[in-house]
Amino acid sequence: MTPAAIDTTILAVLAPFAAAVVAPFATKIFKHNAAWILALVPAWIFYHFAGYIGPVSHGETFTPAVEWAPSYGINLSFYIDGLSTLFALLISGIGTFIILYAGGYLNGHPQQGRFFSFLFLFMGAMLGLVTGNNLITLFIFWELTSITSFLLIGFDHLRAASRRAALQALVVTGGGGLSLLAAFILIIGATGEIEMSVLLSSPDVIKNSGLYLPIFILVLGGAFTKSAQFPFHFWLPNAMEAPTPVSAFLHSATMVKAGVYLLMRMHPLLGDTELWTTVLPIFGGVTLLVGTILAVRQTDLKLMLAYTTVASLGLLVMLVGTSWEKALEGAVLYLLAHSLFKGALFMVAGIIDHETGTRDVTKLGGLRGAMPITFAAACLAALSMSGLPPFIGFIAKEVLYEGTWEMGAGSLLVTGTAVLGNSLMLVIAAAVAIKPFFGPAVETPKHAHEGPVLLFAGPLVLSLAGFAAAFFAHQTGELFIGPMLSSLTGQSAHVDLHLIPGYISAPLILSVLTVALGVVLYLQLARLRALVASVLAAIGWGPDKGFDQFVAGIVSLSAAVTRLVQGGKMQTYMMLTFGVTAAAVLVPAFLNDGLPSMPAMPDYAFYEWGILGMAFLGLIAVLVAKTRLTAIVSLGIQGFAVALIFMLFGAPDLSFTQFMVETLSVVILALVMTRLNLSPRDHRPAGAALVTGAISAGVGAGIALTLMAITQQPFDSRLSDFFTAYSRTIAHGRNIVNVIIVDFRGFDTLGEIAVVVLAGLCVLALIRVRTKPEVKVDEDASAEALAKRVEAS
Amino acid sequence: MRTIIFRTIAPYLAALMILFSVFVLLRGHNEPGGGFIGGLIAASALAIYGIACGVASVRRAIVFHPMSISAFGLFIAVLAGLPSLLLKQSYMTSQWLSFRFFDVNVDLSTPMLFDIGVYFVVVGSIASIALALEERESD
Repeated sequence: MTPAAIDTTILAVLAPFAAAVVAPFATKIFKHNAAWILALVPAWIFYHFAGYIGPVSHGETFTPAVEWAPSYGINLSFYIDGLSTLFALLISGIGTFIILYAGGYLNGHPQQGRFFSFLFLFMGAMLGLVTGNNLITLFIFWELTSITSFLLIGFDHLRAASRRAALQALVVTGGGGLSLLAAFILIIGATGEIEMSVLLSSPDVIKNSGLYLPIFILVLGGAFTKSAQFPFHFWLPNAMEAPTPVSAFLHSATMVKAGVYLLMRMHPLLGDTELWTTVLPIFGGVTLLVGTILAVRQTDLKLMLAYTTVASLGLLVMLVGTSWEKALEGAVLYLLAHSLFKGALFMVAGIIDHETGTRDVTKLGGLRGAMPITFAAACLAALSMSGLPPFIGFIAKEVLYEGTWEMGAGSLLVTGTAVLGNSLMLVIAAAVAIKPFFGPAVETPKHAHEGPVLLFAGPLVLSLAGFAAAFFAHQTGELFIGPMLSSLTGQSAHVDLHLIPGYISAPLILSVLTVALGVVLYLQLARLRALVASVLAAIGWGPDKGFDQFVAGIVSLSAAVTRLVQGGKMQTYMMLTFGVTAAAVLVPAFLNDGLPSMPAMPDYAFYEWGILGMAFLGLIAVLVAKTRLTAIVSLGIQGFAVALIFMLFGAPDLSFTQFMVETLSVVILALVMTRLNLSPRDHRPAGAALVTGAISAGVGAGIALTLMAITQQPFDSRLSDFFTAYSRTIAHGRNIVNVIIVDFRGFDTLGEIAVVVLAGLCVLALIRVRTKPEVKVDEDASAEALAKRVEAS
Repeated sequence: MRTIIFRTIAPYLAALMILFSVFVLLRGHNEPGGGFIGGLIAASALAIYGIACGVASVRRAIVFHPMSISAFGLFIAVLAGLPSLLLKQSYMTSQWLSFRFFDVNVDLSTPMLFDIGVYFVVVGSIASIALALEERESD
């Protein structure tokens, strides 16, 4: 690889985002045939990453990077090794056919362009995720996949089920993403490193850091939610509300593998500890069994496939959890095999749905004559899924049995789980590939016929790829599986694969057992289905229901908190606000001995005394005023006196503003009063007036004492000196106050005026609320609060 | 409130106050004044005009909704920070343009633009509250 080609990788990762912008326009011009042009983007990405196969298989790694926010150590940096190369190839390769498939599947849909856009956004996010080197960059791409998945699941947003499924996926995977962010921050804090490649070069750094346990738990929180491990598996079947291209791409081949990818990527850092080899196999094994058992119950093609995806992800997690090299090799092989056959099967299910109008297996049959090509693709993929030769699924199963059989402790349990899971998987594969195509032809809602080339190209190529990967087993092992395994184990691994097992060995016997068990179970499918259904009905509760209860719980909790904090009575708000203010100022002053000393009697001129007297008279007038209007105006007198004081002490700007604010406050308060139809007089009982009086006295005394204490400190003139010296020379202005507002501290002002705009909008909204009389109480205080805020600034 | 004298004089008073507010705004960089005070004066002018002649005529006179004026102010305040980015300086670094126009020194600057933004924000927000409160009689 030349340096230029390596730099192109950054473009390759970001190219789907550009394609997302172009897609709607292309679709507007070329209709569904735009897919042919748009598919060139992932095809080019595939071609680009294919260039890495050679160097990576020789053990080379690459870290192209471009600066993003270097002051925080955050860079768009990428790490290309065996693991990321295979993932990138899967994403771009399958992505190419998904784009074509989407062209056929949503042919004529008014929002097809938008759909392409979302698909490309997801593709870019996923590519960034699997190649991300910088932890923060990786996290951002991780969350982007959650968000784009939300958009894609909710694509059919007029249906409530779609919206619920989209929200559920976002809550579960997004919540997991936050857990992952916490894990990354802990890793950065514990090791001081932010680049994955650096961390991988000293693998024991996290295990020795003392923060291993929290990091481990938080990473699992991210990985398990994304990869739909029990008990977070429920979002994945619900995500089948998405159009089928999405299910085939995100929810089988790519996004749900992100969790597995993360576990594989972190395996050298976190793996091979007692905790790892205990927790992961348990969760993975349970997920495998739960997934397959639930799949058996379903009759909807997509849901059956979705639950087996859950099961396959469980199998992968279980294998990664063993930290046993041969089992890891099995995991890597199975991951490749699964992406190919599951992507193909989903697309087959989509074609059947598209061309017959139903995907309920009990209503389908005898389609092999009407849809020969789809039938062929389904058979090839299903054979691979069943783990039968000559397909990559067979090799994967052989290797993983070999791995689980040979490993030490827990071997029997893990192997048993794998055999049971695989045989159930075979049942589903058979149900998907045999049931709709064999038997007598059944009347379907639409007249069944073969789909267009845009539709069947994807499943055909993917299922043939499963065959090719097995036929060229030696090359597959050398070029893809070996380099990827090296990334997992942290040392160079050599993989030698054969399609034909050399001798009768334990794995082969296990395979035969799996097939036999699978065939027996398939023949009993109807009874099995009824059994699972009755057991589930007996339990009556599942995580899916739990999610609804969780959401309902959060809603009622926040409602309760709101009722408690926001009682809707303005007097309470004001008393609390000012009471807390008084306490916050006075209590620390008393505790820390921060009270001012008694000031000496000042030596004021007679007019200064006069102004003080005026302020004092204003206050007395407020207290003795008979009507509220008089009180408001009297408060204005006191304000004007303060403005005069500002004027006397050389702050004309402040004084000017004070005059205006006082005037406007009086006007607005008077308007508010007439508007609210307040009675002219205050009729509160003496007790209530005493409490509010005490609070206002407390606030006043607190502020006054604080100001006195501050002014008794020696004056630090550095800031004023600076502004006096530089306001003219730097900012070309003689009015220091104005220069500070618009230049030196201009950014603060920007924030403040944004607040003024928002406050204005809020007050306006409150004034407009006329239907509910109790809300009107708030207007008074809002206007007051605004007037006070303006005064304060 | 609505005496004939008040109603007759209010439009002139309001116009004078608006004029004065612009004067205060523009001289603010060197003399007491600035966008904030200017805005408050202009808002008072609108409030007085509203009390005297009704809110409807104020709304006709200022053409735009006061909240839009406020938002426009925020917009140009944000805009005023941008030119420095073109010169690879950090956001809101002040830029000055001085020239002579008929024997008068004219200084144009981004802080001035920013101050004008502040002016509009304050006029818009305060006026929209005051007018909304005054509007009671009309409905």
